Amino acid sequence: MIILFGVFLLTLLVITALAIVRSESLFAAVILTGIFSLLMAANFFLLDAADVALTEAAIGAGVSTVLFLGALALTGERERGGSTNRLLALGIVTVTTLIVIYATFDKPRLGDPDAPVQQHVGSWYLEKTPELIDIPNAVTAVLGSFRGYDTLGEVFVVFTAGIGVLFLLSARTPGRPEDFVAADEPDQGLRHYLVPRVVGRMLIPFIFLFGLYVQFHGDYGPGGGFQAGAIIAASVILYALLEGEARALRALPMRVLKWLVAGGALLYGAVGVASMLLGSNFLDYSVLASDPIAGQHIGIILIELGVGITVTGVLLCVFHAFAARGKV
Amino acid sequence: MYYAVTIATLVTMALALVRALLGPTIYDRLLAANMFGTKTVLLLSVVAFLYGRPDFLDLALVYALINFIGVIAVLEFIREREDSSGAKKSAGD
Amino acid sequence: MIIDILSWVFLTAGGVFIFIGGLGALRMPNLYTRMHAASLTDTIAAVLIIGGIMLQAGLTLATIKLAAILLFLLLTSPTASNALASAAILSGVQPEEGKVERRERQG
Repeated sequence: MIILFGVFLLTLLVITALAIVRSESLFAAVILTGIFSLLMAANFFLLDAADVALTEAAIGAGVSTVLFLGALALTGERERGGSTNRLLALGIVTVTTLIVIYATFDKPRLGDPDAPVQQHVGSWYLEKTPELIDIPNAVTAVLGSFRGYDTLGEVFVVFTAGIGVLFLLSARTPGRPEDFVAADEPDQGLRHYLVPRVVGRMLIPFIFLFGLYVQFHGDYGPGGGFQAGAIIAASVILYALLEGEARALRALPMRVLKWLVAGGALLYGAVGVASMLLGSNFLDYSVLASDPIAGQHIGIILIELGVGITVTGVLLCVFHAFAARGKV
Repeated sequence: MYYAVTIATLVTMALALVRALLGPTIYDRLLAANMFGTKTVLLLSVVAFLYGRPDFLDLALVYALINFIGVIAVLEFIREREDSSGAKKSAGD
Repeated sequence: MIIDILSWVFLTAGGVFIFIGGLGALRMPNLYTRMHAASLTDTIAAVLIIGGIMLQAGLTLATIKLAAILLFLLLTSPTASNALASAAILSGVQPEEGKVERRERQG
């Protein structure tokens, strides 16, 4: 029965993808991308991958749509007509599709216990997690401790992406003076629309609180740093939409955001260096406390905090870079 | 007993998708997307119970909180566009 | 036993309302009538379905989470419809009967 649900959702996904590609109004494409992300999250959920589904939900539903709309505010709303050689593109796509279909003939069946991914390291991780790390969520154990070095790389990738966007979007555009018409109007967001404003302001602390819950609950259920960073960034973005850019930048100024961006990655690296200074390898958390398992818990909490801080900072920097760019 | 609700929700998601594809104005599409979001929350809650994993309700909670940020963003976008075109008109007089 | 019957009734009624909402969103003639169909049925269906599941769950942590989901759905879903209607009026989409003046910036 679950297979039927999965197939149905995947069919809707294909239809949505076709509609996104074929639509000429970019606004419609952005909204359809939101629906696409919802369908993907539902699919991940049906496949029992709760952490991934949570990340897709947190980023795709809120932050991604807002960033796309911010980009649309700066550029046009209709797609320019395509001009490249369409037969060549069709040929390449067909060949690639046939290769991928051929590759799926060797795929193991869904949930097959003899699949290669269930042997070797996968089963070792699942066996050793209760003994070495002792937290119920094996995904966080693998991500935080067994593969901590990979996650360090991911945090630095997010950090680099944030710096890259800030470089690209902070450049001053040479503009004509008559473009800057509304310079004397204070930017006011949605302050005149009372119903969204009141309800939105009431919800902001709850979203923030839920983000903190997801951050620290990553050991016991779906959650962790990436999801929590996206949720907390979504709450601040909601404040910025409701009250206007100027007040949001007064609440959390850019220099605090830049400290957040760098600080999270620094925290992660500092945990690794601290374990080296305490006598063991880089990112070996067992030496952080007297009992190795307590040390692992402390290490995982600290690095998830680092991940969450960096992701929040980067998403907010990118949002402000888009939102503040059209104005003087 | 949960299967009937799940099937009704999935069918309505398909109907909402048709509205999103058809809708002449963008507001129709946005209405469909918002409807899709609340249906997803209900679907996730029911399926979490159907398959006996009530600790996956966090996912539905995230969606219930974050789904409407997209609609607020569109309202802000439209307001910004109307304000700046209104200001340009009055400045050009 | 009676809890089972009650929750079955709630869930089925919720399912019927969801389907009615979907049908309404597809077949109504105008944007505002579609919004009316979608948002009303969303709210009542959410109350019925989550109420039905809460009866099944008894008094556990899951019930508290479900109550939180219901509360947030009840808060955000009508607000989203309000915001959508504001955006549509601001952009000049006219309802079928009775024209609306373009909103002047008065506050």
